[in-house]
Amino acid sequence: MKEGWEAVIGLEVHAQLSTESKIFCACSTQVGEEPNSNTCPVCLGLPGALPVLNRQALECAGKAALAIGLRINTESIFARKNYFYPDLPKGYQISQYDKPFSEHGTVEILSAERDEGGRPIEWKLKRFGITRAHIEEDAGKSVHDIGDPGKSHVNLNRAGTPLLEIVSEPDFRTSWEAYDYVAYLRRTLQDIGACDGNMEEGNLRCDANVSVRRPGEPFGTRTETKNINSLRFIQKAIDYEIARQIHVLESGGKIEQETRLWNEKENRTYTMRSKEDAHDYRYFPEPDLPPLEVSAAWIEGLQNSLPELPETRRQRFVKEYELSPEDALTLTASRAIADFYETVIETSGNHKAAANWMLSEVLRELKNADDDINASKLAAENLGAMIRLIDNNTISGKIAKDVFAEMWANGGDPDTIINEKGWVQITDLAAIEKIVDEVIANNPKQVESYKAGRVQLMGFFVGQTLKASGGKANPQAVNDIVKTKLG
Amino acid sequence: MPISKEEVTKIATLSNLALTAEETGSFSVQLAAIVEYIDQLSEVDISNVQPWKHRSAGEAPTSYASREDRVEPSLGTGIALANAPDPDAGHFAVPKVIGG
Repeated sequence: MKEGWEAVIGLEVHAQLSTESKIFCACSTQVGEEPNSNTCPVCLGLPGALPVLNRQALECAGKAALAIGLRINTESIFARKNYFYPDLPKGYQISQYDKPFSEHGTVEILSAERDEGGRPIEWKLKRFGITRAHIEEDAGKSVHDIGDPGKSHVNLNRAGTPLLEIVSEPDFRTSWEAYDYVAYLRRTLQDIGACDGNMEEGNLRCDANVSVRRPGEPFGTRTETKNINSLRFIQKAIDYEIARQIHVLESGGKIEQETRLWNEKENRTYTMRSKEDAHDYRYFPEPDLPPLEVSAAWIEGLQNSLPELPETRRQRFVKEYELSPEDALTLTASRAIADFYETVIETSGNHKAAANWMLSEVLRELKNADDDINASKLAAENLGAMIRLIDNNTISGKIAKDVFAEMWANGGDPDTIINEKGWVQITDLAAIEKIVDEVIANNPKQVESYKAGRVQLMGFFVGQTLKASGGKANPQAVNDIVKTKLG
Repeated sequence: MPISKEEVTKIATLSNLALTAEETGSFSVQLAAIVEYIDQLSEVDISNVQPWKHRSAGEAPTSYASREDRVEPSLGTGIALANAPDPDAGHFAVPKVIGG
């Protein structure tokens, strides 16, 4: 951020709720199907068709709201948001307005500024307020690059997909805070099964409201950048907008309140519409849907059904497994990773080693494979069993790397692998002594210089012995024996 | 309640209607009469009348207004587009719009 300026950022996140069918009709929410095939009189907006609320959408919305600390209103009202656009067949979107589904939330999460290489500088615990989250339906999709080039084309398969719009307080001061917040929302909603969180497919989208001011001054005029569909773009679009606004103001210009669009190819935002044609949505209560009433018991039931949330789990990992905040964050990056880690701990009884193997080998391989941990051949129980074999001296750390590579590539359990490959560690002192003797006999020169005082050659003899044993000799035993033999 | 010509023009714009000056004038008078007529409803005291509740979750015995999350057959592209004035490549073709 440029010296002498402060940015004020608020975010609206649209999360598609995980349902099979649409929010007010029984059409499928499946993407990638034949255009306009998943449509019916309700989502086409045909006269006389009536909306009926999908209970699963309501349940997902309820879980999501509770998971991000919102209070669910026992009564909320559906409202019509009126505007004309070809992908909105009814001429209004069913949403919620003055009595939303949920209000007054907070999340407390780790956030960090990043250096130029994108590496976190210092993680700090921060609180961000969430104003409200309301239930609404998605619009259809306008396509601009098929058929007659003089026309736009509308596909209504997406029309009526259930959404939860999560509106934050203007609590973010930097683009990375916004990034970390959306990343947290996404992870949390995925964890509780309320939203798939696939930003590329558009089932989590973000609008960013950005303004700048001199510290201590009232809020500046804000712009809204719409439909940002990746975490990285959220960060870039906000930084672009902050720099643009500061530049305009420092050049003596004025910020226009307007809607802008992020262009990912050019790394900049563009004016989409200015305030002059800003919409007057004329919200009014949806007469086809009576007030939505939920009971305290229903809310309590949902609350009890929630799994441990990512931030709670991260904090527990720090305490229970003595991890750094950052490592705990890495190991709770997804529920699958965190579950995997805890299974490794359970089966190995060694949380330190489990963390080391997870943070180095497992995550590196996952990154290389660009895969989900559940899709890998490595089973957490087997990694745990392998750590136990290291701890009871059955295999050396070096052999363990080979066992790991084998388990990663082909699966299988460590006992079978080391038996098949003959990788059991040599702890038989007589056998090791024999190898050491050979090494000493084969390297008279080195023995001479060692005796002449080059004690650093110790490492050479240990290394040669381990090599000669095929990495199977117990390193501590080798060390001891070499020391004794060389006197 | 009088409805000004400016208000009529604004509502017309929001409703995607192109009105002539003459229409704007006559609608301003007609709309005022309609609003006045509807306004009679506000004489009724409804402070004790509850809106119709939408009991859709929880222990509520009736769930008449909600549905299970089950997919049922849709119309399909052919029927969906059957009455479209300008179907093209499986889509509703509309005058060119840009942006989202």
